[in-house]
Amino acid sequence: MQLSREALLRAYRQMKVIREFEERLHVEIMTGEIAGFTHLYSGQEAVAVGVCEHLDNADKIISTHRGHGHCLAKGCDVNGMMKEIWGSREGLCKGKGGSMHIADIDQGMLGANGIVGAGAPIAVGAALSAKIDGQGKVAITFSGDGACNQGTTFEAMNLAVVTQAPCVFVFENNHYSEHTGVDYAVGTAQDIASRAEAFGMKVWRADGTDFFAVHETMREVLAHVRAGNGPAAVEFDTERFFGHFEGDPQRYRGEGELDRIRETRDCLKKFRASVTGAGLLGDAELDAVDAEVLGQIEAAVEAARAAERPTAEDVLADVYIAY
Amino acid sequence: MSKMMYRDAVLSTIAEEMENDPSVVVLGEDVVGGMGTPGGPEAIGGIWSTSTGLFGKFGKDRVIDTPISESAIIGAAAGLALAGKRPIAELMFADFIGVSLDQIWNQIGKFRYMFGGKTRCPAVIRMAYGAGYNAAAQHSQSVHQILTGMPGLKVVMPSTPADVKGLLRTAIRDDDPVIFLEHKALYGVSGEVPDDPGFTIPFGHARLSRAGQDVTIVSSGLLLGFCEVVADKLAAEGIGCDVVDLRTTSPLDEETILDSVEVTGRLVVVDEAPPRCGLAADICALVAGKAFASLKAPPQAVTPPHTPIPFARELESAYLPSVDKIEAAVRKVLAWR
Ligand SMILES: Cc1ncc(C[n+]2csc(CCOP(=O)(O)OP(=O)(O)O)c2C)c(N)n1
Ligand SMILES: [Mg+2]
Repeated sequence: MQLSREALLRAYRQMKVIREFEERLHVEIMTGEIAGFTHLYSGQEAVAVGVCEHLDNADKIISTHRGHGHCLAKGCDVNGMMKEIWGSREGLCKGKGGSMHIADIDQGMLGANGIVGAGAPIAVGAALSAKIDGQGKVAITFSGDGACNQGTTFEAMNLAVVTQAPCVFVFENNHYSEHTGVDYAVGTAQDIASRAEAFGMKVWRADGTDFFAVHETMREVLAHVRAGNGPAAVEFDTERFFGHFEGDPQRYRGEGELDRIRETRDCLKKFRASVTGAGLLGDAELDAVDAEVLGQIEAAVEAARAAERPTAEDVLADVYIAY
Repeated sequence: MSKMMYRDAVLSTIAEEMENDPSVVVLGEDVVGGMGTPGGPEAIGGIWSTSTGLFGKFGKDRVIDTPISESAIIGAAAGLALAGKRPIAELMFADFIGVSLDQIWNQIGKFRYMFGGKTRCPAVIRMAYGAGYNAAAQHSQSVHQILTGMPGLKVVMPSTPADVKGLLRTAIRDDDPVIFLEHKALYGVSGEVPDDPGFTIPFGHARLSRAGQDVTIVSSGLLLGFCEVVADKLAAEGIGCDVVDLRTTSPLDEETILDSVEVTGRLVVVDEAPPRCGLAADICALVAGKAFASLKAPPQAVTPPHTPIPFARELESAYLPSVDKIEAAVRKVLAWR
């Protein structure tokens, strides 16, 4: 289905925000200003945006340790996220969570998660809640090619099938779980979707570096799930442009691999080529988006640097609602 | 003696035990690293460098790189152990016991008792624990409090490279299941380690790392070093501290603690785990129950508060026990009445 100019510009902008957010963090982390573990989403933007463009705030998603892209695509505030990553008390989680635990329940973003495989069962619960409410809403869990090996993921898929929960299992296969290749760790060599299929749900597969493939696939998937046909799964083949975490020497990569995937598998480059080639958008308007996004990220970093720091008293807050 | 880092003491001990005993097997996520990648096996080992080179030396049947499946890793360790092997399973972060807890708690920890003493389950479960890296609530925890409460498990928390060597050897050779807790902040710390291949440290024997007559400070792991700093500072003022390094929290060396408190009459317990139902409370209760007459001041616990571990630098450092907090507690018991 042909997207409107507005929808195309919005999708491009969303992907660009994620890309520049991550590229900037990559630089900032090296200065030592940002604490903790940070896992960057660069390279996978088309998946987060191609999925989340179909959702509203009443649809829920649950993310992973590599969560910035999912958060941004689902509508989390750029400044609030940047402040959280900087550990400010003005951050989305008041500096308590940091990069791995960004959440915004009002946006239907049920949290990035530091425990690999924790998200899938939680998504099933959110989907069962949507089923009770009967408004055609869904819950989506993002999992990697590593997370798909957790028992929790298997249990969640079966539970979703037997309860006919409106849950979508999105598998982002970026070929690596930490330092291990998907060929080794996933017994059904390079094929995660077939596992989901074996649990009894309908599955799709698409190129996760092609926004249009993701977006179109998700249209079908969500029509299926929103119509009450139970859960579904999608495997997107994608790439991560940085290391597993910031500081990873990536010796497991092949010769020239990073250059090659940045050259041929970059979802932003592919999007631009496609829309300009088809005469849908011009380079100038895309360049204008680029410039605007860079300004927005710069402003977010400045705001994060200037934001209020937490204090010792804050440690004790928010363990309980009342105690 | 040789100087080596804590992490190298882990690695060299595993390698030596694998050399000596063909039934010793290693398994865990990225213990080989690079499997199924263009870089190939061992392109990068595990993130703590505690299994580097084992795959090349001992091969894929004894060095098993696993998918991300903690429940199956620990369960497989249980099965390997019941079937006569000596598995050393690695959890990348101690926090991941959550995923595998049934296998640790209801299986490995209970086999011997439930089966009327008929089984052996010589599994070692190693894991990196502890805060200090702003890794937030799910990658920073100290879990000995939970695991020490589980009958059937032995729990070890070395604070020096030499103790790693002696205690890990004992752990691998022990016929019971052993939880071996390695503090992340200690991996890079160097110390003298005995070269004697017969060097072992028995479980349940605490180490007196500083000796004094005025206060007993009990700790383990990373915080032991903080207690030593406090003891050395107070020594310059003429105040003597016994610093007791527990080494193992299960079994617990009650005798060393009680003997010390009987002399000093003052107790400070320093622990990185949360305060409720924890190690510090346990030791304070032990002393209150068995050395009440010796006490000159109420025992003090220095622990984090009853909260998850926060992310931001300011929050994490406010959360954690520090040299200053330990010193304040010691001065408090000294100033009592
Ligand atoms: C339960 C658990 N086990 C292990 C880890 C350590 N860990 C964090 S991310 C990761 C790899 C995840 O791979 P994948 O699911 O493919 O996601 P990707 O990193 O590629 O986005 C591992 C092993 C963890 N955080 N939680
Ligand atoms: Mg992956």
